[in-house]
Amino acid sequence: MIAASFLLLALAAQGAGADSSTLIWGGDAEGGAPFVEADPANPSRVRGFDVEVAERIARGLRRRSARFVQVQWSSIDQSVERGDFAIGMSGVEDTPARRAQHAVTLPYFEFREVLAVRPQDQGRIQSLADLRGRRVATLGATIAYDLLLAQRDSVGLIPVSYDDDVHPYTDLLSGRVDAVLLDHIIAQRALRRLGGAAFVILPRAAAVGHYVGVLARANATLRDSVDAALREAMRDGSLEQIFRRWEIWDESQGALFERVLRGTVTTQAARAPAAAVVAYLPSLARAAAVTLAVSFLSMALAVIAGLTLASARVYGPGWVRAAATVYVEVVRGTPLLLQLFVIYYGLAGVVRLPAFLAAVLALGLNYAAYEAEIYRGALQAVARAQLEAARTLGFSELQILRLIRGPQALRYALAPMTNDFVALLKDSALVSVITVVELTKQTAIFATNVGSWVIPGILCAIVYLAMSLPLARLARRLERHWGLGGHAA
Amino acid sequence: MNALLSIEHLGVRYDGRDVLKGLSLEVSRGEIVALMGPSGVGKSTALRAVAALLAFDAGRIVVDGFALSPGPVPPESELVPLRRRVGLVFQAHALFEHLNVRDNVTLALRHVWNKARTEADETATRLLETLDVAPRAAAWPRQLSGGEAQRVAIARALAPDPQLLLMDEPTAALDPARRSALGATLRNLAGQGRALLIATHDAEFARAFSDRVLTLPPG
Repeated sequence: MIAASFLLLALAAQGAGADSSTLIWGGDAEGGAPFVEADPANPSRVRGFDVEVAERIARGLRRRSARFVQVQWSSIDQSVERGDFAIGMSGVEDTPARRAQHAVTLPYFEFREVLAVRPQDQGRIQSLADLRGRRVATLGATIAYDLLLAQRDSVGLIPVSYDDDVHPYTDLLSGRVDAVLLDHIIAQRALRRLGGAAFVILPRAAAVGHYVGVLARANATLRDSVDAALREAMRDGSLEQIFRRWEIWDESQGALFERVLRGTVTTQAARAPAAAVVAYLPSLARAAAVTLAVSFLSMALAVIAGLTLASARVYGPGWVRAAATVYVEVVRGTPLLLQLFVIYYGLAGVVRLPAFLAAVLALGLNYAAYEAEIYRGALQAVARAQLEAARTLGFSELQILRLIRGPQALRYALAPMTNDFVALLKDSALVSVITVVELTKQTAIFATNVGSWVIPGILCAIVYLAMSLPLARLARRLERHWGLGGHAA
Repeated sequence: MNALLSIEHLGVRYDGRDVLKGLSLEVSRGEIVALMGPSGVGKSTALRAVAALLAFDAGRIVVDGFALSPGPVPPESELVPLRRRVGLVFQAHALFEHLNVRDNVTLALRHVWNKARTEADETATRLLETLDVAPRAAAWPRQLSGGEAQRVAIARALAPDPQLLLMDEPTAALDPARRSALGATLRNLAGQGRALLIATHDAEFARAFSDRVLTLPPG
């Protein structure tokens, strides 16, 4: 306990950058090469062009060294404001919202948003306009995703958001999506990893963006020093050397450096927060509908499968009871997240389930185990005398279950079922890991884009409550209604 | 032999102990037989064996030509003739908690004996009127007093018109006035030609309203 406290203190001290001779920077090594990745030769170290840019900035700031802090890519902005590190990098995009909320450096790399398609589709698809009705994958909360959202309304394509930049390309090959829109260096890396001919990168860029460093809003002075260090690195060729070493140098970088050094780089103005909120409302409504659909369908499946499992455990012969018990224990004993991955990615070799169906299956089959235990307990809670009275009246076992035991068990099961449904409503947020954009995911995207969790978080909470409170009310009313029959007049 | 129920040398063992040993009795149509004895002598066990809720180890039970033998309880599908002949009123009534009084009475008529709803409702109304609980037809079981619940339980057991009615400790929850009213009801049922076997430890009630009293020896 004491040791743990010391460890926490030590970590906190590190995070706050107590040692001013070290530049502490944050990035996501899960994003991988060429940005930041664990060094294969020494996995405790990181390497990548962003690592070298950070080191170059540290030298420019006359710091002795740069130290890396791992942070989830989508949380870089929040982390830097919290003071976990001084500057966030690793493919951080220059967006109006980010500029409005944080201190953002000069752009130091220009990327192109490029489309990747399967080789056989190369002739048919030349740009986003050719993707009406098709599924197009990208990373959530990026410029590319915003671009796809805009095209959803104009072109009619279907944006599919991922949490990582590996699965969009494997899903492209397996046919789950028809195109991937991502930064050209991510596309090139994926192409190399998959053997060089697995898909085709279309030459025409759908958009152009820039990587920047992000600092806490209050840290504008340090940001200005970082900008000076970046300009110096552009002037003395050290930045070019870094990019050449990682094979990402091209003439557009030279042009960018020139514009930066001439001071003619322009950045877009941010949308006013109120306008941003209004702009996101339709997406939130759509995401809430997805959450409701996933939850209701999953619960329906959970109830049906749960009833079957419970009946098997109460009425079945020995081996059926054993099989149902194994199912319940395995499902309850392993993480839902793992089950989602297994059903969506693990089974992809056998059956390629659409993401929505996989989400409903995984949630439904997971909750079925919990429902089964509720129903089993409820069935066993029905008094034996009730069942015997039914037998003396000549009811068959099936009729007893249908007419007497089942209806009575339902009353016992109602309250825990309502609890489970409310829990499922919230657990449905997990399905975003298999590309289903539901309420929480949409809120995270929203929050990243407006650069704050306050308004999106409140909106999201309101929508969840609006969905779960009526259910709890309905359950209470039913219980009261039945409860009336349970009290002496 | 004109007995509706005949029990011959009934033996029930439980956990290596004789709960019942060598019980023999007969109940004829129109007759009320009281099965007496202190708690634990196997009165309820005998009723449960006759209603085929319990396996027995020795002897034979015959209800109006339908015989039960030692060994496991047969599946319900083979017990249909017995269910038609025997009604059982439980000590705690065991009314279906999720159904109102009327539905408690009509449920078996509709789903086991395939009567139309109107016919089942008519039967229920008639039985509830006879037993003086018709005004409670829409009440829930737990809104009933002990006496009311018992009369509803009798109505439910009588709905399929069984010729043998078994009752387990019918006076347990009744005040003296209600006891004699129940006695009159039972006499009335016997008068219709039914056979009644009543397990009770209420000697006064047994003497007052039964035709014969059979006392089980303790142990």
